[in-house]
Amino acid sequence: MEPVLDNLDLYWSGFLRSLGIIGWSLLGSMVLGTVLAAFRVSPVASLRAFGTAWVTLVRNCPLTIVLFFMAFGLPEVGVNASFYVFGVTGLVIYTSAFVCEALRSGINAVDRGQAEAARAIGLTFGQTMTQVVLPQAFRSAVPPLGSVQIAMFKNSAVVGAFGVGADLFSVGKTLTSAQGYAYIPVLTGVAIGYLVITLTAGVLLGLLERKVAIAR
Amino acid sequence: MRFTRTKAAVAAAGLALSLAACGGDDGGGEDVEVAQDAEFEAGTTMAEIAERGTMTIGTKFDQPGFGLLGLDDVPEGFDVEVAKIIAGAMGVAEEDIEWKETPSEVREQVIEDGDVDLVAATYTINEERAQRISFAGPYYVAGQQLMVAADNDTISGPEDLADNPDMKVCSVTGSTPSENIREYLANNNQLVLFDVYDKCADALGNGQVDVVTTDNVILLGFVSESDGEFKLVGEQFTEEPYGIGIEKGDTAFCEFINETLADNEDAYIEAWERTAGEVEGTETPELPEPAECA
Repeated sequence: MEPVLDNLDLYWSGFLRSLGIIGWSLLGSMVLGTVLAAFRVSPVASLRAFGTAWVTLVRNCPLTIVLFFMAFGLPEVGVNASFYVFGVTGLVIYTSAFVCEALRSGINAVDRGQAEAARAIGLTFGQTMTQVVLPQAFRSAVPPLGSVQIAMFKNSAVVGAFGVGADLFSVGKTLTSAQGYAYIPVLTGVAIGYLVITLTAGVLLGLLERKVAIAR
Repeated sequence: MRFTRTKAAVAAAGLALSLAACGGDDGGGEDVEVAQDAEFEAGTTMAEIAERGTMTIGTKFDQPGFGLLGLDDVPEGFDVEVAKIIAGAMGVAEEDIEWKETPSEVREQVIEDGDVDLVAATYTINEERAQRISFAGPYYVAGQQLMVAADNDTISGPEDLADNPDMKVCSVTGSTPSENIREYLANNNQLVLFDVYDKCADALGNGQVDVVTTDNVILLGFVSESDGEFKLVGEQFTEEPYGIGIEKGDTAFCEFINETLADNEDAYIEAWERTAGEVEGTETPELPEPAECA
């Protein structure tokens, strides 16, 4: 484990960088995914079509292709931003499709009567969603949402290859290629870094699940 | 989609023709001299390889001019040709060589594990690497340089980078050039890292980065492909001696490789001219003085 212990500062900076990518992507994909899920169950046909098209397109594209379009496609049409912004946006777009579907499964688990009752007392579609349906939907969607987000944490390693760099996985590459350290210990260190993030997330998810598990 | 039988036949014929056209130009070049009954002291690596009659050689499969896998599944390039010269001196013909892809991050590992007999893969000799393996050679000395868009007059050398912190510099994660360039930068945010140089060239083309840096020979490949869009600026500011990676401490093998290269200088120059030397702007190198084998 000497290569890891000798380069703890590099690992730490890579860890923080990855944590940053993950944090922004988590926030962005949850917001975007929720909006998309609302679109997919909305009474407006064009919004439903948009949501379905988004999910079909994004969910069926490999992440690297999405990132390629962000990093190299957008500048071609004159959209310029840093690669960090492109990378995080790509990951948000990609993950949002999965968040949308996980949430939709939660929404479908909410009894129809709930939405009908909400409408019966005069709530609008927006109010029905935000006050009645989504709070219940999030509860049953916690386990699938957790899986989707943990997958996203690991996908953040791919973003590093699109000009973002300096993330945990790139640190591993730098140590093995430029500095000639042995592969196995270096990557074990990288794996531990990701495990710290994902296992912590798993524990938090467990707590969250217990907290929102209200008998219906 | 409807696809008639005639159309399919025409398409197939066209494909076959274009494939035949590719196969027509035999890229393999001249045959490398193969020693017939080479004699070696028993117990040496050379004796073992000559006895076996086959070799496994690690090289890159994605480096134009040095080691690039073609459609016929055989890598081509300067590294490949140099390896063939060495193999030939031990009586191993090129069809008896098994090529193994060795990207930068696994090169030491495959040598240590004994998966390959040697590695020729744009392998810069440096101290960290020499702790795990031994280097024969160098057989070529590359140098790091900067590539910019043709209309960029701001950057004329690495010294200008720190004065222009808005200019992004692109290189590949974990490469020696990406580490070397850091001392010239205003801050680390100026450095953009990808996994391959192709992406750097694309990013330079659409203006997302302003400078690409790596070894001159790799950059020259991009310049010649760019139709005048890119240019090289400044002098080479590092020396990157490329060596042949072999098992740590195999001095006899190292000396044998150095002698073989020295004895085959004509083949060496010819190998350069029909691989990396085909790119406009490259100069045919002289075989560098070998370093001491350790």
